[in-house]
Amino acid sequence: MRREGSALHGFGVVTLKEIADHFTSILVVVLVVLVTAVAVVVVSLGITPIKESTAEDPFLFLRLFTRSSPLALSDLLATLLVPLIAIGLGFDAVNGEHNRRTLSRILSQPIYRDALLFGKFMAGLFTLTVTFIVLWLLVIGLGLLGLGIPPNAEEMARALILLVITIFYGGFWFALALLFSIIFRSAATAVFMSIGVWLLVTFLWPLFSPQLANALTGAGDILGVLETQQAFARLSPVVLYNEIVAIVLDPSIRSTQQSMLAKMGLMLIERGAIPDAPIPLLQSVLIVWPQIVGLVAGSILMFVIGYVVFQRQEVRA
Amino acid sequence: MNDYVIEVHNLTKRYDGTAVVKGISFSVARGEIFGLLGPNGAGKTTTILMLLGLSDISAGQARVLGHDPTREPLQVKRQVGYLPDQVGFYDNLTAAENLRYTARLMGFDPEEREQKIHTSLAHVGLADVTDTRVATFSRGMRQRLGLAEILMKDAQIAILDEPTSGLDPQATHELLNVIRDLKHRGVSVLLSSHLLERVQSVCDRVALFNQGNIALIGTVPELGREVIGGGFRVEVEAEGQGLAERLAAVPGVQKVEAAGTNRWRLTCDHDVRPEAAAAVVAAGGRLLRLSVEEPSLEAIYTRYFQTHEGERHAT
Repeated sequence: MRREGSALHGFGVVTLKEIADHFTSILVVVLVVLVTAVAVVVVSLGITPIKESTAEDPFLFLRLFTRSSPLALSDLLATLLVPLIAIGLGFDAVNGEHNRRTLSRILSQPIYRDALLFGKFMAGLFTLTVTFIVLWLLVIGLGLLGLGIPPNAEEMARALILLVITIFYGGFWFALALLFSIIFRSAATAVFMSIGVWLLVTFLWPLFSPQLANALTGAGDILGVLETQQAFARLSPVVLYNEIVAIVLDPSIRSTQQSMLAKMGLMLIERGAIPDAPIPLLQSVLIVWPQIVGLVAGSILMFVIGYVVFQRQEVRA
Repeated sequence: MNDYVIEVHNLTKRYDGTAVVKGISFSVARGEIFGLLGPNGAGKTTTILMLLGLSDISAGQARVLGHDPTREPLQVKRQVGYLPDQVGFYDNLTAAENLRYTARLMGFDPEEREQKIHTSLAHVGLADVTDTRVATFSRGMRQRLGLAEILMKDAQIAILDEPTSGLDPQATHELLNVIRDLKHRGVSVLLSSHLLERVQSVCDRVALFNQGNIALIGTVPELGREVIGGGFRVEVEAEGQGLAERLAAVPGVQKVEAAGTNRWRLTCDHDVRPEAAAAVVAAGGRLLRLSVEEPSLEAIYTRYFQTHEGERHAT
């Protein structure tokens, strides 16, 4: 059965309205300010140690993201800041319309449901993008002031890739929160379900997945066991994001298994390679390409599930 | 009048195998106010949602202005205004901003849009709260804002779900006036309600819903004749000889009851006041008082469901 008219008629109107809502919402403004403030504080605390310890480092600028103290900014983004702001943006996107009883009135206008959901998703993504660009510019600015040297072209390129990946990562969490806001009529339930998933993949999964992998695959050679463990760990978007960030921001790392091996006192040596020599940007991206694709696919999957549920949902309260 | 704006034939809605609307058929003529009446859960809202293409149709057909709501929902929604049960607005936006958002979704160009927002708000008496946030609005003001949205849309059909529920008498009165005004503009109105007496005064025809079926359909006096068998009650107070017999002979009178000294209550199938007055005068009596009570929808409804409850228990 073919529907008449464009599924996206009204999409732009919804997007603009939702963006306006985000930037006038106290919750969102507080979250954006909080997230940016935390990032700025962490980075500015990290500048002095970076200056003292790694004066010879050719990629000094990138250390702003990975070696700030007491926590690395990249870790903080992965585990706390990005999920927090994305869930804050998305948890009442659809059930809020139900609870305000505006949904049936809006859907009785000449638009399809697709336009409403796409509009909400794009508006969330746009708000995340603006927030992360602000955060990113602040960090770069602090780096310029604090370190006193400008970043070179490759550092800028790598930092830009980090920005794009962080937006994708935020997109995953936003799509998840949007999904829960479609499934659960109560905003409180949606928040707690989102936080539950966040705790699970961020804190519990890293603890449980090795055991689960061992139990399911049995004993084998040590490398095989490690690979299985890693495959299981990668079900968590946090792990994917961390792997991408580690490779993209540190040109001396040439495999996602390197840090795991290092923990066991092993070193990855490739034939003909100079240990710790930086690899080109394209090579770094190629190493984590599967992770990038996985992260984007995860976001799309979350959105598609939400889309299907929303299309079939009854409008009446 | 063969110009129907809504035609419904054997419309059925099933949820998980349970039918909530069981093959109903009705038509709404152009410029008519049609009431869907019945208790909560009788299938009124489900019917409305199917007409708007907001809920799938399990079986049967619906045509709204000649369009199929499931296949051409945009065509239908472009020309039909909908006021949901307990309509909601964005509390953080003003009345005008709320309308501006829906006007954009309707696709009006900016100049036309502002003009329409202004006139429709003025029309429902919300001109002085145009730039007030909806959060401060009462229930009645929200309902009127919903009607302003329908006016702004220049809809040919207005579908109103429980428009008067939860309103105080004054607000109800104002709202019913706006609904009558819609009719004068040539808009067909389909409204649902469980509050019968309030709706009786505005509806041209009604359909009584009962457990997913339409039990009765027609004008209120028609239903009165069908269910109560008459329905008009005329009270006569007069002095004179043999008046009871004279009154009973008036055509259309079905029953004459004595209701006190010199007072009679007539049950009849139409308003017989002129004939009754003539009969009293012809008999040389003195007519003191003459009043008529039209069949109330409430009475029709109660009677109908009492009878049918009885039948159901008997079988």
